[in-house]
Amino acid sequence: MMILSVRDLRVRAGERLILDGVTLDVRAGEVCAIMGPNGSGKSTLTGVLAGRPGLEVISGTATYLGRDLLAMPAEERARQGLFLAFQYPVEIPGVNNVYLLKASLNALRKHRGEPELDAFEFLNLVRAKIRQMQMDESLLNRGVNEGFSGGEKKRNEILQMSLLEPTLALLDETDSGLDIDALKVVADGVNALRSPDRAIVMVTHYQRLLDYVVPDQVHVLAGGRIVRSGGRELALELERRGYDWLREGTAAA
Amino acid sequence: MKSNQQELESLVGRKYRHGFVTDIASDTVPPGLSEDVIRVISTKKGEPAFMLDWRLKAYRRWLKMTAPTWAHVHYPPIDFQGISYYSAPKQRTDGPKSLDEVDPKLLETYDKLGIPLHERARLAGVAVDAVFDSVSVATTFKERLAEAGVVFCSFSEAVQNHPALIERYLGTVVPVSDNFYATLNSAVFTDGSFVYVPKGVRCPMELSTYFRINASKTGQFERTLIIADEGSHVSYLEGCTAPMRDENQLHAAVVELIAQDDAQIKYSTVQNWYPGDENGVGGIYNFVTKRGDCRGRNSKISWTQVETGSAITWKYPSCILRGDGSVGEFYSVALANHYQQADTGTKMIHMGRNTRSTIVSKGISAGHGQNAYRGLVKILPGAEGARNYTQCDSLLMSETCGAHTFPYIEVRNPTAVVEHEASTSKISDDQLFYCLQRGIAAEDAVNMIVNGFCKQVFKELPMEFAVEAQNLLAVSLEGAVG
Ligand SMILES: Nc1ncnc2c1ncn2[C@@H]1O[C@H](COP(=O)(O)OP(=O)(O)OP(=O)(O)O)[C@@H](O)[C@H]1O
Ligand SMILES: [Mg+2]
Repeated sequence: MMILSVRDLRVRAGERLILDGVTLDVRAGEVCAIMGPNGSGKSTLTGVLAGRPGLEVISGTATYLGRDLLAMPAEERARQGLFLAFQYPVEIPGVNNVYLLKASLNALRKHRGEPELDAFEFLNLVRAKIRQMQMDESLLNRGVNEGFSGGEKKRNEILQMSLLEPTLALLDETDSGLDIDALKVVADGVNALRSPDRAIVMVTHYQRLLDYVVPDQVHVLAGGRIVRSGGRELALELERRGYDWLREGTAAA
Repeated sequence: MKSNQQELESLVGRKYRHGFVTDIASDTVPPGLSEDVIRVISTKKGEPAFMLDWRLKAYRRWLKMTAPTWAHVHYPPIDFQGISYYSAPKQRTDGPKSLDEVDPKLLETYDKLGIPLHERARLAGVAVDAVFDSVSVATTFKERLAEAGVVFCSFSEAVQNHPALIERYLGTVVPVSDNFYATLNSAVFTDGSFVYVPKGVRCPMELSTYFRINASKTGQFERTLIIADEGSHVSYLEGCTAPMRDENQLHAAVVELIAQDDAQIKYSTVQNWYPGDENGVGGIYNFVTKRGDCRGRNSKISWTQVETGSAITWKYPSCILRGDGSVGEFYSVALANHYQQADTGTKMIHMGRNTRSTIVSKGISAGHGQNAYRGLVKILPGAEGARNYTQCDSLLMSETCGAHTFPYIEVRNPTAVVEHEASTSKISDDQLFYCLQRGIAAEDAVNMIVNGFCKQVFKELPMEFAVEAQNLLAVSLEGAVG
């Protein structure tokens, strides 16, 4: 089953054309990695799929579970099971982390016609997840990402993901800035989500994450297009050779 | 996609939920102000001679005063002869002895406002004095409070039953000559609440007054006096609403607090006077003088205010830290939406040794709202070891609103430590998008973020009212999404 299907997507931010014809398919059960040099448009791609404001779609389509993704408001996409782990999770001072989690989970449940969890059920659930993520419970009662270390922010994203159990998870450099132990914890979180009816798109710069979460496909985004696709061996090749040989390839093509 | 900022602006539309009018026969004095009108008010209330003298003195002084112009607010001159200074719902008897005698329409009004006065529906643990236009119509839990020795009644009743306390304390914190509006209030005030907590008594319940303006072309001039004797504790809350009208109505109150040795007063306000419509037509002018005197050693006065209503708010709840070791606090959330104007803040006057004060001000501006924080921290020469901490944060929710801060600091003792922090922020597109991406509706997301901004203040409110304040803020920021 196709979860996400992007066709010839062109996107502008401000005056600049950033995505210049991206085509991408993600099937149920797949993990797909997106790599590419800084500034190549990876976050723009995950952002436009999640409904980030300020990005203008010029042409192309994105179909999610058979529906026109780009026509849905951002919160609707989230309620339909699309989750974005942010490259730079934002701080929301004074808003309890656990309060946001609860509001979020209940918004999704309500959308699915399920009853809201009461405080007790919810807390049990969160406690279990937070142990999995090996996070300090005190982070639950701090402001959302307020004063969190870089690594704590990333783990918090994965905590949210494991609680919300999305159908399509977009992870934007969730591995950047993690120490080795944290990387394993995050990878375990992602692997736990892997299932035949879900899909995961991981944006990463490092082969290391892909050792733990083995991708089915690897795509290279450069100059606003997917310039190369392959299996996990493509990631290893990139690690050895960098991106320059691909750039030349596009210029020639 | 439409930018979040535009969405945000459409979200801060406002629905006012207390804008209804109670249709009730009233005894209203014709508009106009003169010595005769003051005599009429005093006679209607059956006041002792000292009160009438006090009023007349204030009036004669007021005639020589001019309205203050230093605040960052703009409004046409007020026609003081166009206002009625007394309006009371007609009662079957001189004053209801029990709730059975209160007009059912009044009880219904308070039900609708969410402040049931009936025995069975009362707010648990909260005693309420209900002031309707110029008079108090009911006070609940009086007997239970009396058992503890606490006096909680309308101001008019206190003048009758406790004249000695009134004569001793009235005007000792806000003198008759204090400022234009306080002087006017001294001349024409009609009712309000009175609290006396005797030595060593911890008031067994929250006290509250609910102010309601109903009649048109009237002003509300109430006066509240709270005295906490040695070692006593009391927590008091006031709430305010008014109908939606095209005219501007004046509310000029005076509140005086006195804390003796080791006494503590916590005074909380949830102000939701009608703010005017989205074009700035109508609304209450809320010109209020509130001051607490930490008269005794180690006494403490804490002001918490959530100001969401009124067309114009001009208000500076202050503390005179006279007693050694006394503590003053001011926690404020002020919202200015549409064409609302708020100029609010505090004065902390440090006189005693080792006095401490804390100021936390959160200003939210939306639409064309103008929000000013104005605060004075004054350390007098005798205030050895005084300390102040001020934090002043502004949240801007539109391109057309304004936030201003006017901190005044005067330090005349070198041992004092005064800290001031200020910040201005916006609800960023990123914050809003983060919440939306988690499936949360835009409206809920805005409320969540604004409540987070106000958290430091809300946590100071008594439990019973913290939720009300959050809901009120939500309503004030409510509007159609997208
Ligand atoms: N609003 C904007 N106006 C102009 N340029 C923009 C805007 N937003 C993004 N860009 C540019 O678009 C390009 C792609 O940005 P994007 O964040 O998608 O890159 P990325 O591939 O995620 O990079 P990184 O690996 O560093 O995270 C960058 O050059 C960025 O500066
Ligand atoms: Mg990026």
